[in-house]
Amino acid sequence: MTTVVEDADLASKPVRARSGGLWRYILVRFVMIIPTVFILVTVVFFMMRLTGDPITAALGGRLTPDQLAERIHEAGYDRPIIVQYLDYLTGVFRGDFGTTLTDHQKVTTILLQYGSATLELAFYALIVAFVLGIPFGLIAAYKRDRWQDAILRIGAILGYATPIFFIAILLKLVFAVQFNILPVSGRAGTRTELMLQSLDHPTGIYLIDAFRTGNMDAVVDVLWHAVLPGLALGILTAGVFLRLVRTNVIGTLGAQYVTSARSRGVGEYRLVTKHAYRPALIPIITLMGLQIALLLAGAVLTETSFEWKGLGFMLAEYLKARDFVAVQGIVIMIAVVVAVVNFIVDVIAVLIDPRVRY
Amino acid sequence: MSVNQDPTPTGVFDPTETGVLPAALGAPKRPLSDRIPVISHLKHSVGWQRGMLVTGLVLTGLFVLVAILAPWIAPYGYAQRTTDAGADFGTLQPPSAQNLLGTTVSGFDVLSRTIWGAQTALLVIVFAIVFSIFIGIFIGLVSGYIGGWLDRILVVIADAIYAFPSLLLAIVMAIVISHGQSTLWGGILAAAISITVVFVPQYFRIVRSEVVRVKAEPFVESAKVIGVPTLRILTRHVLRNSTRSVPVVVTLNASEAVLTLAGLGFLGFGIEATAAAEWGYDLSRSVSDVTSHIWWTAIPPGVAIVLVVLGITLVGESLNDLSDPRLRRRRRAAVAAAEQADAADADPVGTEPLGVEVSRAIGDAAAKGTER
Repeated sequence: MTTVVEDADLASKPVRARSGGLWRYILVRFVMIIPTVFILVTVVFFMMRLTGDPITAALGGRLTPDQLAERIHEAGYDRPIIVQYLDYLTGVFRGDFGTTLTDHQKVTTILLQYGSATLELAFYALIVAFVLGIPFGLIAAYKRDRWQDAILRIGAILGYATPIFFIAILLKLVFAVQFNILPVSGRAGTRTELMLQSLDHPTGIYLIDAFRTGNMDAVVDVLWHAVLPGLALGILTAGVFLRLVRTNVIGTLGAQYVTSARSRGVGEYRLVTKHAYRPALIPIITLMGLQIALLLAGAVLTETSFEWKGLGFMLAEYLKARDFVAVQGIVIMIAVVVAVVNFIVDVIAVLIDPRVRY
Repeated sequence: MSVNQDPTPTGVFDPTETGVLPAALGAPKRPLSDRIPVISHLKHSVGWQRGMLVTGLVLTGLFVLVAILAPWIAPYGYAQRTTDAGADFGTLQPPSAQNLLGTTVSGFDVLSRTIWGAQTALLVIVFAIVFSIFIGIFIGLVSGYIGGWLDRILVVIADAIYAFPSLLLAIVMAIVISHGQSTLWGGILAAAISITVVFVPQYFRIVRSEVVRVKAEPFVESAKVIGVPTLRILTRHVLRNSTRSVPVVVTLNASEAVLTLAGLGFLGFGIEATAAAEWGYDLSRSVSDVTSHIWWTAIPPGVAIVLVVLGITLVGESLNDLSDPRLRRRRRAAVAAAEQADAADADPVGTEPLGVEVSRAIGDAAAKGTER
């Protein structure tokens, strides 16, 4: 998103009213994260409790009723629901999301351990999305309603219409099975995995860890494993970006200052990439913030399809094991991430364009 | 947030001015074909846009037809493992005359399950949309009209839910409703309700923003002055003028419903294989087949999802474009005459431009709609 920061074309825009306004806005916007997270924690907590306690859900049928009652009592699930809720809420604000039922791990540990893998996947997907989505979106807007536009738009819609796991299956079928050039699943080969695990203080982001081993084969191996998952998740996002860029650039391309720039002899390329694209960035960035939610939800399906051991993969595993404490923790964690990302996106939007203020 | 979404500086079409002529003012009624959403859109579309809309309508129509006629089209039942004569299909058999698209790991006929899957998908879409339209419009209407703290709280809650990955929300709901395992109707209702929870905030947002605008209109105030009961004002004057953008969101949501259902099924939260055929579930079972060169279990349900979502999305996208004056292609007659003139955007096309707020809400819904 470096292009975003460059767009400090403030000279042509109204001068900022008060310099204090910016900080005030950022502060207010930051404080607004709290009610959002609070509401989500509340909604998720009460919904999950509506149908009973997590212990019966996870272990019911495997234990006798007496053992079950004992476990429920130990974990405190026989207390009034409001007490449990307040307990959980204080825990969340202290950074404690509970302990999983099936393997007795702190949810926070799981989040730290597997979060980095999801982060890495999201990063690859974003690269794919930017590389495909933005240039093609500009072309589609410029060639609006011609055949180029039609093809690109249909491509974007196809990218969106195809469920991620089906893209994953198709990619696997072609590249991993038919041509056998890319790995079917996983984040790295067995040898590389072992090498990475022997590092002190691994970051969990395999690409960085692979570079730290200094072994080029490991780096290549990690990158090869990332191609298909990155593409699967990236294609979906690219389609969305393409549409966003197209819609907004069509809006700015019709603006009078673009016509006047054209009459002054500004080249068409520059016209599209500078004059039309940059002012269109603000709505694009704001909506891209929403796509983070999409990316994280998509990551659940991508990781499951490629056995990419990140948060999404673990979420699916815990779902299967019916460990709802873990599910609740991961879901709430993702909610927090989404809220924080939306905050950052809003701040970026303000930094680019001072007219966007509350 | 979106500065450049304001109308062009020429002010040729200021949606707040052109978009608010309510039928209640006694304007002459437009012909029936202009008042039915999809048909009026079709009439006013040209070029690629019409092509996209027609393709979408054909695909969607085909889907509905297959779903309804599934019992007659499908060669076998969705949970049938033997021919009617009693001969076993066998598992993972390649396509043959007996099983046109082969059989699955559980020995079901792939073609039959793909066809029956349309029925499941259609049922879920219909239930999800009917539920969310009623709930969303009701809450939006009441919240927008009454205003005050109730409105503010509802907006904050809707925004919080709205920003949340919808698939995860649907998963949570699926756990709540059925603890993740279900029979045919249980499963369909669970999936539909899970999706409803995701959609309600979207209808809430668009309806509420319209209601807030409409309730300040003179015709609402005059209705109040002459003592029309609140309920009647709400249904007759406000509701009727606040639901223009709902059809667009419905189509966008319908495609999302298919994807969410498939996503739930893929993660194992769908409907049991013996209770109904569900594409997402079938795909999840086929992931491991792929590595052994078995394509026939994955491709048919996958392609079915793609075609259905593609069809509905094409309809939705076209409606969205046609309702948004900034994206609407000018009618052919006007194009030649007014290619340079921006005034052509104000071309009298049947649908009135939507308010900026609403276009934005739809745009957001469109962006949001692509989430699984």
